[in-house]
Amino acid sequence: MTHTQERGVTELPNDRRPVVEMRDVSIAFGNVQALDRVSMRLLPGEIHALMGENGAGKSTLIKALTGVYSIDTGRIVVGGEEHEFATPAAAQAAGISTVYQEVNLVPNLTVAENMLLGREPRRFGGINMGAMNRRARATLERLGLDINPGSLLGHHPIAVQQLVAIARAVDVDARVVILDEPTSSLDAEEVQKLFDVMRRLREHGVAVLFVSHFLDQVYEIADRMTILRNGRLVEERMVAETSQLELVRLMIGRELEVLDRLDRDHGRAAPNSATPVLTAVGLGRKGSLEATDLTLFEGEVVGIAGLLGSGRTELARLLFGADTADHGGLEVRSTRRRLRSPRHAIDRKIAFSSEDRKAEGVIGDLTVADNMLLALQASRGWLRPIPSATRAKLVREYIQALDIRPTDPNALMRNLSGGNQQKVLLARWLITEPDVLILDEPTRGIDIGAKAQIQTMVADLAAKGMSVLFISAELEEVLRLSHRVVVMRDRRKIRELANEDVSVGDLLEIIAGETRQTELEGPA
Amino acid sequence: MSATTVPNPTTWDRVRTYSPASRYLPVVATFALFIGMFGFGGISYQGFFDWQVFLSLLLDNSFLIVLAVGMTFVILSGGIDLSVGSVVALSTMIAAKTMEMGWSPYLSMATVLLVGTLLGTLMGVLVHYLDIEPFIATLAGLFLARGLTYLISKNSIPITDETFVELAFASITLPGGYYTTWTVVIALATVVVAAYVLARTRFGRTVYAVGGNEASAMLMGLRVAVVKVGVYAISGFCAALGGLLFALYTLSGYSLHAVGMELDAIAAVVIGGTLLTGGRGFVVGSLLGVLVLGTIQTFISFDGTLNSWWTRIAIGVLLLVFVVVQRLMTRRQS
Repeated sequence: MTHTQERGVTELPNDRRPVVEMRDVSIAFGNVQALDRVSMRLLPGEIHALMGENGAGKSTLIKALTGVYSIDTGRIVVGGEEHEFATPAAAQAAGISTVYQEVNLVPNLTVAENMLLGREPRRFGGINMGAMNRRARATLERLGLDINPGSLLGHHPIAVQQLVAIARAVDVDARVVILDEPTSSLDAEEVQKLFDVMRRLREHGVAVLFVSHFLDQVYEIADRMTILRNGRLVEERMVAETSQLELVRLMIGRELEVLDRLDRDHGRAAPNSATPVLTAVGLGRKGSLEATDLTLFEGEVVGIAGLLGSGRTELARLLFGADTADHGGLEVRSTRRRLRSPRHAIDRKIAFSSEDRKAEGVIGDLTVADNMLLALQASRGWLRPIPSATRAKLVREYIQALDIRPTDPNALMRNLSGGNQQKVLLARWLITEPDVLILDEPTRGIDIGAKAQIQTMVADLAAKGMSVLFISAELEEVLRLSHRVVVMRDRRKIRELANEDVSVGDLLEIIAGETRQTELEGPA
Repeated sequence: MSATTVPNPTTWDRVRTYSPASRYLPVVATFALFIGMFGFGGISYQGFFDWQVFLSLLLDNSFLIVLAVGMTFVILSGGIDLSVGSVVALSTMIAAKTMEMGWSPYLSMATVLLVGTLLGTLMGVLVHYLDIEPFIATLAGLFLARGLTYLISKNSIPITDETFVELAFASITLPGGYYTTWTVVIALATVVVAAYVLARTRFGRTVYAVGGNEASAMLMGLRVAVVKVGVYAISGFCAALGGLLFALYTLSGYSLHAVGMELDAIAAVVIGGTLLTGGRGFVVGSLLGVLVLGTIQTFISFDGTLNSWWTRIAIGVLLLVFVVVQRLMTRRQS
């Protein structure tokens, strides 16, 4: 693979030299080349976006710059001096501060302490609490933040904690502030607050490195960007001179075509069966879902659209027996059944993939193969082990069918990217050959390529006769896949419509009703 | 508007409506428990309500106070130290043996403190650098220290060094005819120093940070290694110091001294409101925890009819109640 580093580099303004230059940096984990001769430079007074799919090497590049990983080859030049940071503390000392996606502060100490821990002002050998609180307040004010420095960090919402993390980064007189997915858990207003802070940093001549999955946000705030793919540098670009479509193409290459093909081929043809597989009659549970009727036919994809808290996840959990209904009931293939636990549901060939991948799905310390076979083993009972030849065959089959990477069945689950973990979870349920597959947010937080593959797979499964209940906050996705759409609001089903000439706007109007459109979560 | 005037709050109103910050609640609860128990004792038993009873409480538990201080550091950082009881025994034995051999008592005491600190440091290194569970690393320390004690002598060795004995019996007279000993002064000084270190130094605040979230503390660029090894070194030092106080109390070195005392120390820390998962708690709470345990014992001795095993039952019940309350409080917060 030949690759020239000089390709695709933007012009620099004459008066500014990069504060950070990473040149031909490579890092390998075992025999996986996580970074392959990647270069990136950051300019003072600029917001620089680092773009790429999951697994493109963004996190690895950041961790190389901040001293979490050591680099195999290449050079890191900060402020004109070559550095190799052995620890995060060393990187911080050189003026590079990082704010991670998960807030990496300590909840049991105050806001001021979280900002200044490790560099508190001291007097007579002890910490000068008054001076510390004053300094914290001054920094918060400089960033336009109204937060009481003496309050416990854990008492604040995540968004505020995120801003405190930035305040900590700024207090060091950081020359470089790295923001790794800071917006993923913030609402629109909080994002604007964050952007205000970022603009202030830019005015103060700080180089800001911004990583985000949301393209609109990147276009709103960033000046320049570096695009990675598969651990390699694709290009450095000016944001203003690159269209979103172009950017997506640079990021994902071929996978976008898959989505286009899906739109053409699938065509949302009505399923040719009228056999009800799963029917809910007045199904409900006090405090979580009002009485709901719903029928799933063979070979049909039913999409659920609604806001967070509209009752969509609650419905899925009731259908799977994860929660027990206190009124109404279920019919599986026209026979009345009571699902007291997920075990009963699995026995009736119903499968459910939870929206909370980390807590309710992935078992990080087990291998890919073990994770895949969990549900099948559970349905067989623990006393009837799966013959190892069958195990190997099944696992190989599904790794190939779902294009799971790495292809090693003995890889540890926690080392996989989000998209690949999701595919393993899907495989876990597909192996049990269910009649009904309930997918709660199967594509959240995963990259576009994996998303397309999962969507294609859902369409294919339905074509083969499986019924799928597809829950997603992304209305485009719901419309792309579903034969029928059920709209939910305030813990009840408010509309059910065949997916013919329904637009995202139509759905929004139904969902919105009296609720305001701005409360919609996710990119709608 | 002007018809209703807001009355100035009286002192009683302020006391009545005072609500401490939630992080102080567990310590306040332990304090209330201690006062309540002492009050109950005063009503039930003749002669209980005497300063000397309180002073004896400190005197009889001075070594446990010092152990609990060290344990507080370790538990705040999210660890546990099971070795302290054995280190106490080892310390009494080293002190007794070396003085029997004719060492100066000062050299002997310095040796004890050094050995305890080194043992603690060693366990800290195992915990941090080799990533061994604190439970296992300090369990190994427990066996090692106890084994070393047997290695020095199987029998009890009396301490007869004049200076040491003098120090043991030296009493400090307080106003009002009350008296106390140097061991109490040392124990309380340890509490004061530890409270200052935890509240007002970078090391102390980093202990809380590591206990709150170790991965975050590392990413914040804090000196996690220093703190994690440091808390075990401090606990080892405190165990050795506690051992010296125990030697002053018993004037002997013996391999069966202080069996299971680490569990008393842990119980005191937990009853004092420190969260076993780390990050929350105060040294003062641990002091109060020791006093609560001591008061239970005082009850038993004042009563005279109760079997001493009631002490263990009472401690067990208290511990359970406190842990359940802690659990409920942290669950409500999350």
